[in-house]
Amino acid sequence: MIGSQRDENPAGIHLPLDPLPGHTSRGRLERVLRRGEFAVTTELNPPDSADPEDVYNRAKIFDGWVDAINAVDASGANCHMSSVGICALLTRMGYAPIMQIACRDKNRIAIQGDVLGGAAMGVANMLCLTGDGVQAGDQPGAKPVFDLDCMSLLETCRIMRDNGKFLSGRKLTTPPQLFLGAAINPFAPPIDFRPHRLGKKIAAGAQFVQSQYCFDVPMFRTYMQKVRDLGYTEQCFILVGVGPLASAKTAKWIRSNVPGIHIPDSVIKRLEGAQDQKKEGKQLCIDIINEVKEISGVSGVHVMAYRQEEYVAEIVDESGVLKGRQPWKREIRRDDQMVADRLGHILHDDITETQVDMVKTAH
Amino acid sequence: MSDTQPTVTQATLVKKAAPKSDYKPADVSPQRRVQRSFAVRLWSVRHSRLLEWFYARFADMFLLLHPLWKGIGYGRVEGPVKFVEKRVKGFMFDCRMCGQCILSSTGMSCPMNCPKQLRNGPCGGVRANGNCEVEPDMPCVWVKAWEGSQNMVHNDRILTVQKPVDQSLRETSAWLRVTAQAAAAREAAAAAKNGAANTGASA
Repeated sequence: MIGSQRDENPAGIHLPLDPLPGHTSRGRLERVLRRGEFAVTTELNPPDSADPEDVYNRAKIFDGWVDAINAVDASGANCHMSSVGICALLTRMGYAPIMQIACRDKNRIAIQGDVLGGAAMGVANMLCLTGDGVQAGDQPGAKPVFDLDCMSLLETCRIMRDNGKFLSGRKLTTPPQLFLGAAINPFAPPIDFRPHRLGKKIAAGAQFVQSQYCFDVPMFRTYMQKVRDLGYTEQCFILVGVGPLASAKTAKWIRSNVPGIHIPDSVIKRLEGAQDQKKEGKQLCIDIINEVKEISGVSGVHVMAYRQEEYVAEIVDESGVLKGRQPWKREIRRDDQMVADRLGHILHDDITETQVDMVKTAH
Repeated sequence: MSDTQPTVTQATLVKKAAPKSDYKPADVSPQRRVQRSFAVRLWSVRHSRLLEWFYARFADMFLLLHPLWKGIGYGRVEGPVKFVEKRVKGFMFDCRMCGQCILSSTGMSCPMNCPKQLRNGPCGGVRANGNCEVEPDMPCVWVKAWEGSQNMVHNDRILTVQKPVDQSLRETSAWLRVTAQAAAAREAAAAAKNGAANTGASA
């Protein structure tokens, strides 16, 4: 099929969309969410390599199933390809990345530079994070920067976008057009403070939030109740973090070693009791999606399937959250066809033309 | 030189002294684990309401002394005041002398003690027992800040979004800065009032 899809610039897939009234970015994710559709985002496992093909291959398995792909910024404080690098590759191919910015590794000078650079490459969504502590990663001896925190980072991006200024007050010639995101963790103490913290993030500029892995639906339901009472669901799109657990052993390991992930005993018991734990983990993820999508105020899911990325499509398909809608996927376009034809001519035909011949034929 | 004893470093001593328990979180320096005690800091959080009241009186007193500070010169008085402030707040709150104190907005729990130096609330990594992700023996300063702020009269101050830390103010006296700013604001208000009165009289 040749042609352009909904939410695609007809002049080229790598170009930003036309601005719409009330939208702050020119990206697809904001359009999907503001249309009231149930959004699906996922996370790209960043390669430990300098080969762009690694990024494209990992992005390809999400084609047609997700609305945006998170380009993680050294998640868990482990070294990987940078989020800016991944975004540069993905935007070139027309994907809608969500550029994660962690405060752990960069100070305000570097971060503001990256925001401009990312926006110039066509990144429409940025997710502002504090970042895991360096002790969690493969280089615990690194210097933790934490110059800004997630809240002041959100505010910095908002100031750059809305006021067209750096944090210092210096003017930008062209401000970045961004859809700003943040992370929430409703499952960590102080539980009473968590809804208010979401309010703070909204005040600082958050337009959408992605939550930490949700394995405890009743706990999330109480959180959402509080958030709805405070009226935050009208000001912000909430995407629930979900993901398949590979086995009961992995679940236990995650629970004791990865900071901030709450897995109740019932989940581990369910996994332990299953014949095929991997399959049960996937089914559990689908069940959780089906439960949370019914909670009012939930605008989408964020599927994090670390090292099980091939399951994302199945999970999205079997949970039926897209309701028949197909998110953008990479397709051949008319101009691609033209380039392919011309390239085919060069590649396949045997042309042995010397410069002298070319001059002769030109006359 | 092969017969010399292996050098005993501070790290070796600390490793030996570290309590041998079943609970061994990965990658945490034992040096940190033996040297820390949080008793005074936690006392301050428990008595946040008292300290809030005291701080308000104390700020008023400092403002009353503004003519004195101005007479001596804020620059000259900075040294001695900072000396006292650093030690008093260091004992009470484990102060890190960021120079822009927001204790009254954080339930008397100093946010600069957070290993990530978060000034706007807890990160997502807080352990289920309310301890820090980075330092497993330390109660999360923001869990404590939330508890402390709930005891205080101005318990909504924790909800304001704080600006990023100005690193150029480190190791300066927050007390004097706040006093100087309050005095300047008071003078500006007085000048505006006088100006209004004068224009009112001439009209």
